[in-house]
Amino acid sequence: MKVTQPKPRSRYDAGVMQYKQMGYFDLDYVPKDTDVIALFRVTPQDGVDPEEAAAAVAGESSTATWTVVWTDRLTACEKYRAKCYRIDPVPGSPGSWFAYIAYDLDLFEPDSIVNLSASIIGNVFGFKPLKALRLEDMRLPVAYVKTFDGPATGIVVERERLDKFGRPLLGATVKPKLGLSGRNYGRVVYEALKGGLDFTKDDENINSQPFMHWRDRYLYCMEAVNRAQAMTGEIKGTYLNVSAGDMEKIYERAEFARELGSVIIMIDLVIGYSAIQSIAKWARRNDMILHLHRAGHGTYTRQKSHGVSFRVIAKWMRLAGVDHIHAGTVVGKLEGDPNTTRGYYDICREPYNPMRLEHGVFFDQDWASLRRVMPVASGGIHAGQMHQLLHHLGEDVVLQFGGGTIGHPMGIAAGATANRVALEAMILARNEGRDYLGEGPDILAAAARNCTPLSQALEVWKNVTFDYASTDTPDFVPTVTAA
Amino acid sequence: MLLTQGTFSFLPPLTDDQIARQVAYCMRNGWAVNIEFTDDPHPRNTYWEMWGHPMFDLKDPAGVMFELAECRKVHSGRAYIRISAFDSSPGWESLRLSFITDRPAEEPGFMLERQESQRRTIRYTTRAYSANRPAGERY
Repeated sequence: MKVTQPKPRSRYDAGVMQYKQMGYFDLDYVPKDTDVIALFRVTPQDGVDPEEAAAAVAGESSTATWTVVWTDRLTACEKYRAKCYRIDPVPGSPGSWFAYIAYDLDLFEPDSIVNLSASIIGNVFGFKPLKALRLEDMRLPVAYVKTFDGPATGIVVERERLDKFGRPLLGATVKPKLGLSGRNYGRVVYEALKGGLDFTKDDENINSQPFMHWRDRYLYCMEAVNRAQAMTGEIKGTYLNVSAGDMEKIYERAEFARELGSVIIMIDLVIGYSAIQSIAKWARRNDMILHLHRAGHGTYTRQKSHGVSFRVIAKWMRLAGVDHIHAGTVVGKLEGDPNTTRGYYDICREPYNPMRLEHGVFFDQDWASLRRVMPVASGGIHAGQMHQLLHHLGEDVVLQFGGGTIGHPMGIAAGATANRVALEAMILARNEGRDYLGEGPDILAAAARNCTPLSQALEVWKNVTFDYASTDTPDFVPTVTAA
Repeated sequence: MLLTQGTFSFLPPLTDDQIARQVAYCMRNGWAVNIEFTDDPHPRNTYWEMWGHPMFDLKDPAGVMFELAECRKVHSGRAYIRISAFDSSPGWESLRLSFITDRPAEEPGFMLERQESQRRTIRYTTRAYSANRPAGERY
């Protein structure tokens, strides 16, 4: 009997083939300077080869489908295939791997977060052979960065426009976040700004509800802003939230804010990437500072195993062109490991990010003179933490004390004054070269001797801390360096 | 009213010793310190009068304190005086600190004028009471 040997399978024979063999895995590939690079945390299903899983991620986020297609041969398919060029076990996390994947620049439309994200976090996150998948970081080549406008205003010009230098800016979110009428809402804005804050802010879910329509809010808020400016001789602002159900409404609200002379508007992350880029370009045409509230991000950024790291969202938002972004407080009520948060702040504020694994930053990133985004620290912070806030977050940040202003026993203006005095005292001490972190409580106590509102704030909130374990911390092996 | 422009307006007035320590901080950072004065405190009055050029090459805070004393001889009690620090490094090229050191004897504050306009909107004008008088005769 004659036995025929099976013919060796060739690349374009019909049928299913391993992603690894289809050209999506190449440890010898050296990424080009113009490649987009993505780092994924890949957790394959039991029994799935991690290299094959990583190749599948590269394939499904670029050109592949589940079976061989001959039409690949009508394209320069080698170029368009993303390539996993490196795979490392995640330190301290058996069963998960860090997969480095390079994408040719021609895979992406210029100036479009929508197109970038549709590839990189598109179908691939639901891929059955994976238990979980997380986009940890991206390296965006200068060639791609330069296709985006970036922030309309940026830290430097925002400071010049507001005439505020050398200290963090101070803000407060109006509380209660829902239910106030326009007239009562404006009262909170006026008191907080008159008392010493630079900004007040609409909350993420304040749009146009039965208890307060948007035009009413804008009119009363601008009366409050102008009145507070006249009472202090200092420029003030309130973030008027223009988020709405469709783009026409968003533009209508933004235009009314401009007509009323507001220096700043705000949007929520949930309006979507196209809407964010549209309003960012509007802000650029209209000399408007654009504040972004990261509403919704916690649904996909918080757990380490699956989703998208906030550092990637921060990079996308710097490209998309927002001027402010909520980036964590470290000490407040919301998730924020100090090192991970430091990484987010660096991404917002630095002209160049060197790789810092201990901060969760996996790549060198050149921002090519794209303007800097002002990070915003908001949620459960108060005057008694001022030394820690300055230490963790630095000077170019908006510190937002909502409850920590409005909840002051002597009223909103007193709460604002307490925060401003605490901040200025801490900056003065830092500049004098004092160990302001170690001496922080003493510096605050000394400032409080001249300021009753501060002494009351320190008393009311003296024991308030939010000390919980972080869920999102960097995974890396510390390298020993010569002392 | 108290004009709250500048980095340290909510603190008690800075002593000369405190001012000198802030100037030393600016010099440690390589920033050029300059002295400006004005009798127009409007929040959008960007260009205060310069007391000479920014002191780009000065390394000793005593030099700034000498110039501040000279400026005070002319303007003390009759104008606002501020110290600013300019950072010429790439990506900044802007002020990094700016604080008021001297105020006029009295600060009468601002009038907020309202012009009622269409659709319930109001046009606001902020006007310093002191600006009713000619420059140089305001305080």
